[in-house]
Parts: sequence; C-alpha cells; structure tokens
Amino acid sequence: MLSLIPLLVPMEGGGGEEHSAWPPGVHSFASRPLWPGVLPDWVNNHALQAVIAAALVIGFWLWMARGQQVVPSKKQFLGEQLYNLLRNTIARDILGHDYRKFLPYLVALFSFIFVNNLFGQFFLFMFPTFSKIGYAYGLALLTFILYNAAGISKYGFGNYLKRMTLPAGVPWPLWFLIIPLEFISNFIARPITLALRLFANLFAGHLVIMVFVVGGGMLLESGVLFYMIAGGASIIFSFAIFALELLVGALQAYIFTVLTAQYVSSAIAEEH
Amino acid sequence: MLPLEGPNLGPLLPEHMSEIFVGIALFLVVWYVVQTKVVPVFEKTYAERTEVITGGIEKAEAAQNEAAAALAEYKAQLAWAREEASRIREEAKGQAASIAAEIREQAQAESARMIATAKAQIEAERAQVVHQLRGEVGGLATTLAGRIVGESLEDDERARRSVERFIADLEAQTETESV
Repeated sequence: MLSLIPLLVPMEGGGGEEHSAWPPGVHSFASRPLWPGVLPDWVNNHALQAVIAAALVIGFWLWMARGQQVVPSKKQFLGEQLYNLLRNTIARDILGHDYRKFLPYLVALFSFIFVNNLFGQFFLFMFPTFSKIGYAYGLALLTFILYNAAGISKYGFGNYLKRMTLPAGVPWPLWFLIIPLEFISNFIARPITLALRLFANLFAGHLVIMVFVVGGGMLLESGVLFYMIAGGASIIFSFAIFALELLVGALQAYIFTVLTAQYVSSAIAEEH
Repeated sequence: MLPLEGPNLGPLLPEHMSEIFVGIALFLVVWYVVQTKVVPVFEKTYAERTEVITGGIEKAEAAQNEAAAALAEYKAQLAWAREEASRIREEAKGQAASIAAEIREQAQAESARMIATAKAQIEAERAQVVHQLRGEVGGLATTLAGRIVGESLEDDERARRSVERFIADLEAQTETESV
C-alpha cells in the first residue's frame, strides 16, 4: 500500500515541498515548469497534459473516422455511438435544423473537456486540467464568441443586441428592469458561470481526493497503529471518490457542451 | 502568481495567463481537425447509409408497384375474357333460339305443305272414285231397275235423267249425314 501512494499522487508525492504541503489548498494546484530557466514558465506539466489530451482526442477521432463503411465494424460502431450522442442528443435536439454548422465545435468541446477531466483519475497525471481556471476561461471565452458571432451573423449587431436584451412582448415600463437584467444574464453571467461551473466542480473534486489520498498517506506513514488503520480506510475510500469524480468529470463535459449548444440556439432562435 | 489590481480572486485568478491561450490554442486545433477530418467523414458515412437504405426501399417499392400493375393488368384481362365468354354464350343462345325457331317454322311449313299435298291427292282420288262409282252405280242401277221392271229402258234420255236425280239425292243424303 505504501508503494502505491507515489503512483496515485505523483504530483503531490514527488512534487516536492510546496505541492504536498498539508493541508491541501490552492498551492496544491500550482503548475510545475517542465524545464525551469530554459523554457518559459508557461511550458509546465499542466500545459503538457493539455497538449497530450488534445493529441489523444485528435487521435481518437481520426482513428474512428478511418476506414468507415456503410456497415460499421465494431470500432466504427463504438465511434458512431459516441458521435451520435453528441450529434443527435445534443446538437440536433437543441439546435434544430442548423445543427450541422455547430456540430464540429460541440464534438471537439465535449471530447476535449471529457479527456481532460478523465486525467483527474488517470495515474500518469492525477490532475484534471480544468481545475486550472485559465483553461476553463479559455473555453468559456470561445463559447461566448461562438454564440455571439452566430447571433450577429444571423441578425446583424444591433438587431441581435435588441433580441438578446429585450424579449418580445414586454411592456415598456419594464424595459428599464429587463434590459440590464437580460444583458447581464446573456453576456456576462453566461460565460462566467460556464467557466466557474467547470472549474469549481473539478477543483473541489480534486481537493477532496487530495484530502483522502494525501491525508491517508500521511496517516499511514505516521507509525501509530490506529492512525495507520484510519489512513488505510481513507485510501480505500478514496476509490469511491475517484468513481464519483469520473461521473462528475463526464457530467461536466456534457453540461458544458449542452449549455454551449443552448446558448447558440438562443442566439439564433427565430422566436425569442 | 501574476500581480493583479483589485480584490484577491484566489483560485479564480489563473496562475498563468498563458493557461487561457494554451487552452484556446489546443481547443482550436482539436476543433479544426474535427471540423475538417472527422465530422465530414461521419456525415458522409451516414449519408451513404441513408442512401443505401432508402435506395433499397425505393427499389422494393418499385418492384411492388410493378407487381401491382401486372396484377391489375391480369385482372383486367381476365375480366375482359369473362365478359367476352359470357357475351359469346349469350350470342350462341340467341342464335340457337333463332335457329330452332327457324327450323320449327320450316318443319311446320313442310308439314303443312305435305298435308296440303296429301289432302289434294286424296281429294283427287276421291273425285275419281266418285266419278267412277257414279258411272258404275248408274249402270248397275239401270240394269237392276230394268230387270226388276222388266222393261227395257230404251229411252236413254229419260233413264239418264232419273239416274242423275237419284245420285244427286244420294249425294245430298251423304252430305247431310256427314254434317
């Protein structure tokens, strides 16, 4: 069991004094430059794992797209199941007949977030990339640009702004209330909540895992029998948390994608 | 951590601003690949599949239509043939009836003709017999009367007249009897 701990928590265990400082906190999420002094600081372990995630996603989809036939093989069937989930359940159901234009974005979005979230439970990394809020901001910004661009290109800037801030049929005395509220809701709250929801779920989940795993490890190494039993229980229990985090990671990827589709849909909707 | 003005955002402030750009850049790459290399392939496969399936359905529909058309044609032909047959039957019946009537008529005419011929013949024979009988009966009666009376009936003129009268009476008698 003792030898398992560095494997479970390579970052916390092998990272040195700063990362594994007890209790776990914001400092536990600090990135480690890969090659300090030679490469700039932003080339760090988390950027690398994001690159690996992107490569995995690209590789997966290219593999699935290769050698497709009308009668699918087992591999193609698997790929199509996943693709259909994104295409039919998310894109087509929410966006209606315009969904094809936005489908690639949604497919890429879900896969990229999903793989990065899985890294939180993957032993090489043991860290969900989106618990670094910068990555979540980045994707939320792209979604923000996407749905506004979609709306503007369909209705023109002024018209789109009007549609998004003033629902049809509101009597004019309420405009003073509705317009600022709708503006905040559609242009400020949406991207921020999108980023924060993803970030906070993974941040909190990873924090809980660290408490169980690092804390359990510390108890195991304490040398006191009672503490060691408690530490063992804590390590074992952490696997339940891992399972929960797998669910949360998948769910958050799904939610982010669905909300993106939802925002695009509301931006290009015929009826507000 | 980068120094930033304003309140301390804690973990909500990115550790490195570069995270945002790295995230965006990586996602754009993924997006690009999915857009150009993945989604078109999947959609093409789906379109082909749809085509194959709808093509099969269309083919089956065409075959079905063809079969239905052939069936309808056969039925029409059959109905026409039946109609024709019944028409021919009716015609034959009609013909048979007219032929029978004609034959009957002919037979009746023939029989009437034969009866008429027979009647005429009988009449002629009868007239001949009557004429012959009249002569013979006259002779016989004269002879008989001569013998009975004992006198020669020399006056032929008178004798012939009385015979004539006798026979006329006789004829009138037979005619009243026959009526």
